[in-house]
Amino acid sequence: MSMRKPLLALTLAFAFATGAAFAQSPAPSPGLGKPISEPDIKAWDIAVLPDGTNLPAGSGTSAQGAKVYAEKCIACHAEGGKGGGSPGAGPLVGGAPLTNGIDTAKTIANYYAYATTVFDYIRRAMPYNAPRSLKDEEVYALTAYILALNKLIGENDVMDAKTLPQVKMPNRDNFIMPYPDRI
Amino acid sequence: MSTSHRRGRPPSLDLVAGNGLINRRALLGQGIAVAGAMGAAGAITGAAAEPLKDEQWSLEFGSIMPPVQTASKYEKDVARSLSNPQGEFRNSHARTPHHLLSGTVTPSGLHFSINHAGVPDIDPAEHKLVIHGKVRQPLEFTLETLSRYPLTSRMAFVECAGNSAPMFSNQPLQVTAGAIHGLVSNSEWAGVKLSTLLDEAGIDPQAKWLVAEGADAQFLDRSIPVKKAYDDAMVAIYQNGERLMPGNGYPMRLLVPGYQGNMNVKFLRRIKVIDQPAYTFFETKNYSQILPGGKTWRFHFLMEVKSFITHPSFGHNLKGPGFYTISGVAYSGTGRIAKVMVSADGGKSWGEAALQDPVLDKAFTRFQMPWRWDGQPAVLQSRAWDEAGNVQPLRAEFVAARGETKQPLTTPLAFPNQHFNSITSWGIDRTGEIKHVYA
Repeated sequence: MSMRKPLLALTLAFAFATGAAFAQSPAPSPGLGKPISEPDIKAWDIAVLPDGTNLPAGSGTSAQGAKVYAEKCIACHAEGGKGGGSPGAGPLVGGAPLTNGIDTAKTIANYYAYATTVFDYIRRAMPYNAPRSLKDEEVYALTAYILALNKLIGENDVMDAKTLPQVKMPNRDNFIMPYPDRI
Repeated sequence: MSTSHRRGRPPSLDLVAGNGLINRRALLGQGIAVAGAMGAAGAITGAAAEPLKDEQWSLEFGSIMPPVQTASKYEKDVARSLSNPQGEFRNSHARTPHHLLSGTVTPSGLHFSINHAGVPDIDPAEHKLVIHGKVRQPLEFTLETLSRYPLTSRMAFVECAGNSAPMFSNQPLQVTAGAIHGLVSNSEWAGVKLSTLLDEAGIDPQAKWLVAEGADAQFLDRSIPVKKAYDDAMVAIYQNGERLMPGNGYPMRLLVPGYQGNMNVKFLRRIKVIDQPAYTFFETKNYSQILPGGKTWRFHFLMEVKSFITHPSFGHNLKGPGFYTISGVAYSGTGRIAKVMVSADGGKSWGEAALQDPVLDKAFTRFQMPWRWDGQPAVLQSRAWDEAGNVQPLRAEFVAARGETKQPLTTPLAFPNQHFNSITSWGIDRTGEIKHVYA
């Protein structure tokens, strides 16, 4: 019990110190986190959001992407994104209607809500044997190539930080959140 | 009633449901009650015991102790089943052999593990965790600094959203409980509350999401509601008293109790506070579900109430009529288990199982049900309720809402869909052979 007052005082002091804008539920902390600046985090800061937040500079087209694909992707994903060149490397093109059954294979064209997910996943995880080895320009070009294969963009459309988030994915508005109160 | 605990007065047999289910209160008296149940049933089996002698192992000096002990050589079959034993260049799964385990703690070495690009070889002295984005001050933590915080510990199950997926098959696969349900495990996790670290960084009160990312070769990431982060999430650094197993996220992982296993990001290296969900690859594709009719569920998060019988189950086979204890695990991502009902006649009648204390929030609860098998065909089932009133759906209800495959699955390694939480049925024939059935 005797601990209560000093603890409360410390809590209040911390609350004042953090300022109104950021103090969600301030509590005393050992404070062992080492300050780091956003520029120093940049190399890790790769998550792209659906509205295009955090997309890097650069651009690419389907024609440029086809060249990168032939060099770095075709071994697993097969010609024209048909898939099947390697276990787990599913098709990048096509996709049956989701009304075909609950086990319909999920593809970019029949499933993904946002084109930014394609860019983000290529950049963070591909090629499977050498993640993070692609330049941003190559990622834009591959994204354009795959989206064009699926006829989600035109053959000559340029993908960049402005155009990519504007690509309308067919399944975007077809989902339900089972537990909206958990957000 | 048959609940007398007085020594020397075995309770009488008290059937509570069809096909020989005995009142769970018979378990309260343990050995006495069991003997009573068997005696009253008149079904003691087997020959009388032989005269005793000293065995050779008692007559010689034993083996030396290793620094880290492993299971007895006689238990070598108690192992995880692997989807990719040769380490081919693809994802890999290791399933917990529930049909060979009991209690509620999954031994760390048998905890399930899924890795989409192998298990990274992380040097704990070099690993870093960064918290940034919509915070007052981005911060970097190490295993050493996190280890200096007051640690919180709790039991929690972690379940892959694809656990039990073989049961979406329109025909039951003849495989073990571990092969069907082996992508859930239960451990004591110890770590630092995520809220402590977010407060230290000074999170923007408007922010609703964070994206958590691992240091594996996919940089696997998931969007997590800030609401969950402040509810009961932690950065776990111990598993059952020791550092995390490599396949379970060494040296640190996110623990979001009761939420999809994939959201419990392993090898945690970065948390970015953001203002919208990131729609990462795994939440966009794998851990999202197609519903009958073609709508899709996303940001499902919650692993709903579920139970399954581990003993007896496929592969065990009964040795003859008489007394058996039906046993299994129940759990819910919503909270504590309130009740488990067991049936031995394929759901025609049900009796309430005994729950082993402690019954904990978002953790395995072991249930037991005494049973006298009369040697006739039986179908064993369990069905769980949680404290919020959620009930495990019957198969017919579940299939109506969530569907099943049009063709039977040919392998238990397939994932036709996610979030299966209906009941499991084990069918027993007159020879005691146990099959997986739908009932």
